[in-house]
Amino acid sequence: MAGDLTRLTAHELTDAYRGGEATPTRAVEAYLARIERLDGDLGAYLTLTRDTALAEARAADARYGKNAALGPLDGVPVALKDVLCAVGVRTTCGSRILETFVPPYDATVVTRLKAAGAVLLGKTNMDEFAMGSSTEHSAFKPTRNPWDLARVPGGSSGGSAAAVAADLAAVALGTDTGGSIRQPAAFCGLVGFKPTYGRVSRYGLVAFASSLDQIGPLAKDVRDCALLLSVIAGHDRRDATSLAAPVPDYAAALGGGARGLRIGVPREYFNEGVDPDVERSVRTAITVLRDLGATMAEISLPNTDYGIAVYYILAPAEASSNLARYDGVKYGLRVPGRDLIEMSGRTRAAGFGAEVKRRIMLGTYALSAGYYDAYYGRAQKVRTLVRRDFETAFANVDLIVAPTTPNVAFKHGEKEDPLSMYLNDVFTVPGNLAGIPAVSIRCGFSRDGLPIGLQLIGRPLEEATVLRAAYAYEQATPWLERRPGLT
Amino acid sequence: MIDRKDVEHVARLGRLALTEGELERMRGELAAILQYIEKLRAVDVEGVEPTSHAVPVVNVMREDEVEPPGDHETMMGNAPDRSGEFFRVPRIIED
Amino acid sequence: MSDAALATTNWEIVIGLEVHAQLLTRSKMFCGCPTTFGAAPNTQTCPVCQGMPGVLPVVNRRAVEFGLRTALAFNCQINPRCRFARKHYYYPDMPKNYQISQYEEPLAEHGWLEIDRPDGTSRRIGIQRLHLEEDVGKLIHEGTLETAQASLVDFNRAGVPLMETVSKPELRSPEEAAEYLRAFRAVLVYLGVCDGNMEEGSLRCDANVSLRRPGAREFGTKVEIKNMNSFRNVQRALEFEVQRQARALEAGEPIVQETRLWDADRGYTRSMRSKEYAHDYRYFPEPDLTPLVLEPAGIAAIRAALLELPRARRQRFVSEYGLPAYDATVLTQSRALAEYFESAVREFPNPKVVSNWIMSELLREIPGDDERAIQACRVTPQRLIGLLRLIENATISGKIAKDVFDRMLRSGEAADTIVQREGLTQVADAGALAAIVDQVLAANPKPVEDYRRGKTAAAKALVGLVMKATQGKANPALVNQLLEEKLSDARGGRL
Ligand SMILES: [Mg+2]
Ligand SMILES: [Zn+2]
Repeated sequence: MAGDLTRLTAHELTDAYRGGEATPTRAVEAYLARIERLDGDLGAYLTLTRDTALAEARAADARYGKNAALGPLDGVPVALKDVLCAVGVRTTCGSRILETFVPPYDATVVTRLKAAGAVLLGKTNMDEFAMGSSTEHSAFKPTRNPWDLARVPGGSSGGSAAAVAADLAAVALGTDTGGSIRQPAAFCGLVGFKPTYGRVSRYGLVAFASSLDQIGPLAKDVRDCALLLSVIAGHDRRDATSLAAPVPDYAAALGGGARGLRIGVPREYFNEGVDPDVERSVRTAITVLRDLGATMAEISLPNTDYGIAVYYILAPAEASSNLARYDGVKYGLRVPGRDLIEMSGRTRAAGFGAEVKRRIMLGTYALSAGYYDAYYGRAQKVRTLVRRDFETAFANVDLIVAPTTPNVAFKHGEKEDPLSMYLNDVFTVPGNLAGIPAVSIRCGFSRDGLPIGLQLIGRPLEEATVLRAAYAYEQATPWLERRPGLT
Repeated sequence: MIDRKDVEHVARLGRLALTEGELERMRGELAAILQYIEKLRAVDVEGVEPTSHAVPVVNVMREDEVEPPGDHETMMGNAPDRSGEFFRVPRIIED
Repeated sequence: MSDAALATTNWEIVIGLEVHAQLLTRSKMFCGCPTTFGAAPNTQTCPVCQGMPGVLPVVNRRAVEFGLRTALAFNCQINPRCRFARKHYYYPDMPKNYQISQYEEPLAEHGWLEIDRPDGTSRRIGIQRLHLEEDVGKLIHEGTLETAQASLVDFNRAGVPLMETVSKPELRSPEEAAEYLRAFRAVLVYLGVCDGNMEEGSLRCDANVSLRRPGAREFGTKVEIKNMNSFRNVQRALEFEVQRQARALEAGEPIVQETRLWDADRGYTRSMRSKEYAHDYRYFPEPDLTPLVLEPAGIAAIRAALLELPRARRQRFVSEYGLPAYDATVLTQSRALAEYFESAVREFPNPKVVSNWIMSELLREIPGDDERAIQACRVTPQRLIGLLRLIENATISGKIAKDVFDRMLRSGEAADTIVQREGLTQVADAGALAAIVDQVLAANPKPVEDYRRGKTAAAKALVGLVMKATQGKANPALVNQLLEEKLSDARGGRL
């Protein structure tokens, strides 16, 4: 049954380990074999940690064998977006400039995964420095969508999403700065969660836009998502912006149901830009939630339309600063030059791809003398208005329901023009600007069989409420039965 | 709007040795994006506080305690060029 | 007319100082790496202070406390809310190519520092702002910066806490600037927030210099002077620069706004390649750090804990102990020394004597501004008093006492322990001494003869001989007295 092991969720897998029907080693071998067979076409992984994975699996075997203390993810094969540092494992951020970088330290989430007994399978592909929505902007290769190889898996966490959707990992971590977990989750039919800003430590996450970045789970179902979130969430003294609030057992809280929840439906998220298939599925999902006992109310988030403009000032500005350190002096690529300025200028020109250079230029411009107030300063104020929209809404509702994306997965090369690519994040960006938790779950399929994402957005630190509603919906619908036609 | 000189200045500030072609393409793309961003001018932000942190946390500090520094060889392990215990860089000309 | 005269008569000198002080914390500003000076290159770094991908800074609480302490000592207004900001420019000694500093919301503003002038009056120099930031690494050029084909980078110093303090442009002469720096340093050393070592770079000073016609409202074009690494160099550099500008202005040449390096060996300032066009630091609030909201209660606590500052203490030493101004200045150069003096005087209420012993003996062995050395000194104030009491009750002579002091320094023993063991007490018993005097007189007929012939000077020689006979332990006063008697008897006998 080795082949089938890769079809299981993390919680099914650990049950199988406990029941003795499977061992971590057999699971890891099954995953490695499947990666061997399929990842050539898919391009989900940049680095495989085969040997350490097998070693960790054997250690987990032993723990199950002499029923020693077990971690919540003991023996579960996990994939990491290649923006998260793990000691001794090449961490490229999908960029030439970090092609050779080997971090001497573990990201806090990696430390926590290891402590939970998880087995690291490898590092997954991504848009360079998490800038993109299609994983076409990796310096190394594009990643393909398991539901249709001609289409993108979304991005920037496309490698992690494709890996889980194609059963090349049980669960994975991604990062979400403007939708980079939720949008690929929607395109690949997964559960993808962006926690409250500060809920998960960013220490060891290679920064793109520091005030927006959050790490979160990509999983096959809501229970796995909750399990993984419980492991990675919590305060970290190494991240001054991480929150001290205690971490509930998210998995234990799933059963609460949707009854009594007041759920808001934001007018602005159902505009003419939304694909009819997407709108239909989301409207149907809303009726399902009502049938589950939630009370639905139309609400307004009037500043939604400004989200993308705000985001494309703030994120590039912070990125232009965060990426200044890549200068060929301390690590990564160095292109020789007659003097330091030529060396670092050439290194950066050759080491960064077009999209990254574009955003460095945009962000540098927005911060430069004479423009700060007009761009960065104003954007920060409009960000306040976007935040207030949610605060006002959450005075009357517990959750907000909306499409994750206006459309389903698009074809490779379909969105050449940067701006049209940016606009794909219109429904996910506001959550990052407000720093609030949001999940994307599967809520149906388009005419041509592509998954559609439903977004549930909650109050700060109310991850449990979001997951509870998501779980109730998942249990009430048949969507998880369908699988991508990969063999 | 953004002209060629601005683009060259910004490329210098951002330490990017861009080619002629890149500079020209960049000018057009930045212009288009900035054009889109113009919509923010319409927003009334009179008296609105800027948001630089999504969560209202203050005064996070660490105690003044020494932690063992990283192992020297490990910390130098990624150096593209080194001379003994130092990182080595080509001739510095004041920018 | 001399340049110096030119500068002072035709022009008003306008100087502002920008001082960077390394704070005496154990760990760095944003990571746990040690701050100790002089370790092997790149051995005091971690992923954070090397600016590796993915790392995050966390503020050192003690650095903030030191900043607040200094701000209050400089009479600054503490900003109720302050924030760190990123300052961007490319330089290989700065791992992230931005410096975490403070910009629009510094720790404190609007303070002042009182300085004394040669004529005995004093003057308040305004302090514009005080903020915290991180230091950069060290560059070693293979040759000079201009000729080097390559440079080497050591990040040990990168991330060490710095406190930057900017004075208002209110200093009116190079002497005044040097005096400001001295007073500034005294406060920092006194508060224990900086060791004040300019040679090692713990205290670094840049200056903005301009000239204007006396009474003119607007400032002249200012020139920034860097690389003045001692008080003397600050004054020399500023004197040179003032005269250079005066000469230029008198010749009708415009002053170029630029940065000039002081060359101590050649004694002149030379222009650095102007990088004005590139000065666009693109500051924005550091998103990885939370704002600091400084509660009045916390600030009050620090103010309450503030110690008496050097200047006030110096004045008190003169008024309360009647010390000469010179003594007071020497004794207040560090908190440890001033406290040493005061605890000694508390039990031995003869301030001048204590002051003399500290200045002539203690400071011969220990630098007066070395807090640690003074606190560690084996001759504690109590031990010093023990020694002074032995002199007071004539157990030992002042001369012997000096040797005893040296032994106390080496052995750490109490004065009387040493005096007893070595048998250094003065022979103060008249009878015992009389016998020795007789022996000396008997053994030395020649000087006795001379004395009788009226050469009173001969008495001196005899005193010396008696002291020699007692290895200096005789009480000199008593020896004189005995000789007087015996010799005069002798003379009288003759008549
Ligand atoms: Mg500074
Ligand atoms: Zn460090």
